[in-house]
Amino acid sequence: MMESGPMTGPVPTDGTADGAHPRSADLSGVPAKPNPAEAKGEIDGTFWRRFTFRRPLAALILQRLGLSVGLLFAVSLMISGGIEALPGDFATTYLGQSATPQAVENIRKDLGLDKPWSERYLSWLGGAVQGDFGTSWASKNSVGEQIGKRLGNSLFLAFFAAIVSVPLAVGLGMLAVQFRNRLPDKIINVVSLAAISLPEFFVGYLLIMFFAVKFGVATFPATVYDSMSLTERLSAIALPVATLVLVVLAHMMRMTRAAILNVMSSAYVETAELKGLGMFRIIARHAAPNAVAPVINVIALNLAYLVVGVVVVEVVFVYPGMGQYMVDAVTVRDMPVVQACGLIFAAFYIFLNMAADIIAILANPRLRHPR
Amino acid sequence: MSDYKDYLTRQVMLGKMNRREFLGRAAAAGILASTAGTLFATSAEAQEPKRGGHLKLGLEGAAATDSKDPAKALSQFMFVVGRNWGDMLVESHPTSGAPVPALAESWEPSADASTWTFAIRKGVKFHDGKELTIDDVIKTLQRHTDEKSESGALGVMKSIKEIKADGDKLVLTLTEGNADLPLLLTDYHLIIQPNGGLDAPDAMIGTGPYKVASFEPGVRATFERNADDWRTDRGFVDSVELIAMNDATARIAALSSGQVHFINRVDPKTVNLLKKAPTVEILNTSGRGHYVFIMHCNTAPFDNNDLRMALKYSMDRETMVERILGGYGKVGNDFPINDTYALFPEGIEQRAYDPDKAAFHYKKSGHSGPVLLRTSDVAFPGAVDAAVLYQESAKKAGIEIEVKREPGDGYWTNVWNVQPFSTSYWGGRPTQDQMYSTAYLSTADWNDTRFLRPDFDKILLEARAELDEAKRKDMYRTMATMVRDEGGLILPMFNDFVNASTKQVKGFVHDIGNDMSNGYVATRVWLDA
Repeated sequence: MMESGPMTGPVPTDGTADGAHPRSADLSGVPAKPNPAEAKGEIDGTFWRRFTFRRPLAALILQRLGLSVGLLFAVSLMISGGIEALPGDFATTYLGQSATPQAVENIRKDLGLDKPWSERYLSWLGGAVQGDFGTSWASKNSVGEQIGKRLGNSLFLAFFAAIVSVPLAVGLGMLAVQFRNRLPDKIINVVSLAAISLPEFFVGYLLIMFFAVKFGVATFPATVYDSMSLTERLSAIALPVATLVLVVLAHMMRMTRAAILNVMSSAYVETAELKGLGMFRIIARHAAPNAVAPVINVIALNLAYLVVGVVVVEVVFVYPGMGQYMVDAVTVRDMPVVQACGLIFAAFYIFLNMAADIIAILANPRLRHPR
Repeated sequence: MSDYKDYLTRQVMLGKMNRREFLGRAAAAGILASTAGTLFATSAEAQEPKRGGHLKLGLEGAAATDSKDPAKALSQFMFVVGRNWGDMLVESHPTSGAPVPALAESWEPSADASTWTFAIRKGVKFHDGKELTIDDVIKTLQRHTDEKSESGALGVMKSIKEIKADGDKLVLTLTEGNADLPLLLTDYHLIIQPNGGLDAPDAMIGTGPYKVASFEPGVRATFERNADDWRTDRGFVDSVELIAMNDATARIAALSSGQVHFINRVDPKTVNLLKKAPTVEILNTSGRGHYVFIMHCNTAPFDNNDLRMALKYSMDRETMVERILGGYGKVGNDFPINDTYALFPEGIEQRAYDPDKAAFHYKKSGHSGPVLLRTSDVAFPGAVDAAVLYQESAKKAGIEIEVKREPGDGYWTNVWNVQPFSTSYWGGRPTQDQMYSTAYLSTADWNDTRFLRPDFDKILLEARAELDEAKRKDMYRTMATMVRDEGGLILPMFNDFVNASTKQVKGFVHDIGNDMSNGYVATRVWLDA
């Protein structure tokens, strides 16, 4: 939403090393552009300008935080409208084919579904602002408590998939650059492309077939529950983590390779080469920091995917994560649960994108110290 | 005679009679030895069960939204959960479908079958140590019949007018006579809870063979054996674990790798592959569930009986059973009853695929242009394939069917029982009366063929209160013929329940009542090491 509008701020928008990447304009344009919808802008225009100038990073974070509150509000409104637009309400979908008019009527009255949409949304919002997300309509359990468990499971899985896949992807990307157009580069490319081309459920099934059914070395199903020890949990998530690593690896690896190669063709790398520096040193010291912004963005997107987009993997491996929880809730139009899940997912995307932008700025001295 | 046969079966079930005695008495009563043999076999399989072990079941149908309140149980998963921890007043016999005592020890109808007196079993303890009282029973039934009730059993309980205690007996007064009342009380929602579950509907405290140890909706449920169980012929394993597995391939992988002992809903498309695994046994049980193509009899163009007949003759039933059910099922005859029901009217001619007759009726109906059929894969597994197969077989009779695929989400609200021609499924009901009352009575909420026939309604109500079985069977024959020849139902197939287990699992009882041994699988099987 911030790509549009002129770049009027003091931060240089052209001439950055990664100028070829489309996201860089968005990146550097952000702290400079005063947003009329932004509440803080009204306090003192000149103060804000000076603040932006002196502490661009702090200003960026403040502005992003303010915007994300607005965004989350918009998301909640859209989710609520979306559920309303879906055919059938909670009472009819929950009872399904076995619905009787009287039971439907009783549930509607019980949950206040007979009241107008705006009234229901406002009463939900009233609770949510105070941190009370209500109780699930279907199971009557507290949404907060339920999500706590599920989110913990999702983060656990995503964390281990990330600490395996991110270093692996970046490392392989660098390796591919070092051996570019030679055999290691080609092997890395072919294997990772094959892994990303297969649908994730198929990768999952293949792993289950070989490691759980044929060789019997892996744990399946990957169901985790409270009474499990950490080692049991780790063994349970081995196969889903392997699947996720295979799925996200290629994207990050190829972006690393492309970004570094892009930088490698620039003049200062040639200079470094002429100075007689070793290839790996050039990549690690000179090329990588300048290539970090696009890579970080891809990593952030993939991390977000690992948290919110892995419902298929959850189903295949019978893993109780957030994705399955939200799908179950949408199926029966369980509004409080859908709202809470949707907001958490949105918050993750916003947070990870913000983190990616901040890291990109920190990694690039020219963005860190604007003229 | 049928009553006596049921009585004998019940005695065997309760372990009060051995094989020789049973056969002797059955022969004396003139029951064919082969029939008697099969009756005995079902319960004899349960001989010498081994106790102990940890039983794991991988089941389809759980969701994070599952409620612990038995009144709101809907999924296959919660169905089994409820059977593990709770008891109903009455159970149904696995092969005959006759009512057998559970928490109700015995019962007596009044002469017109409108007042029923139940003796409640004594000395039964709930999991929390409290003794079951008549009050708990009454409160439970009231909670499910209350007009504010959200119970799934509300439909079947509607006919109960008054629930009261007469000393230590339960007396139910009905709005009209109903010879099948005990079977209505077998409904899986009607678990007897302490104080009827009014204080704590979600407590999962009952009188069943297993106590709930942990429950995470949509994930897992674990159970420990109830040492104080009032019955000794069930609950053989020490602990049970139900794992939610909604993915068909995940279930098969878990079973063939030995991670679970039992799975439900085996896909007919892959059952033949699974059969080849040396450690696996396929358990298929013929049941009352059926897949249907339904037309609204009061909506054009389906208000023309010739068009309905043309569409019925266009259905290639054998191919449907073969292709859609993988052979795990039986052909249907356009009325919703099969021979697993008591008082099944035999001798009604099987309708077959006949393009010539279809073409004849189609011409007579005067209809022209395509017939729109709405379907979705949620209607039944393979519904879209079935609709396309049907389109092909109808084409040979010169009838053009346009198949419209509807979104699965909202299908039950927007298409089924709303659009004039669609696909759907029905689970069975305990009795013929209940099946017809649910979907073919003019005033029924779920009359999804809009079969509005006062003459049919009259026979249905008469049959309900008729205690003479021969007369009743005749009435059911008339009703079946009416639905078959004049109704809006095309019933190509009755589906089997297809489950699978490892060979370690013994004592599985094939129960016509419902899927997974009528939900009792975990209480009936044992593990043979």
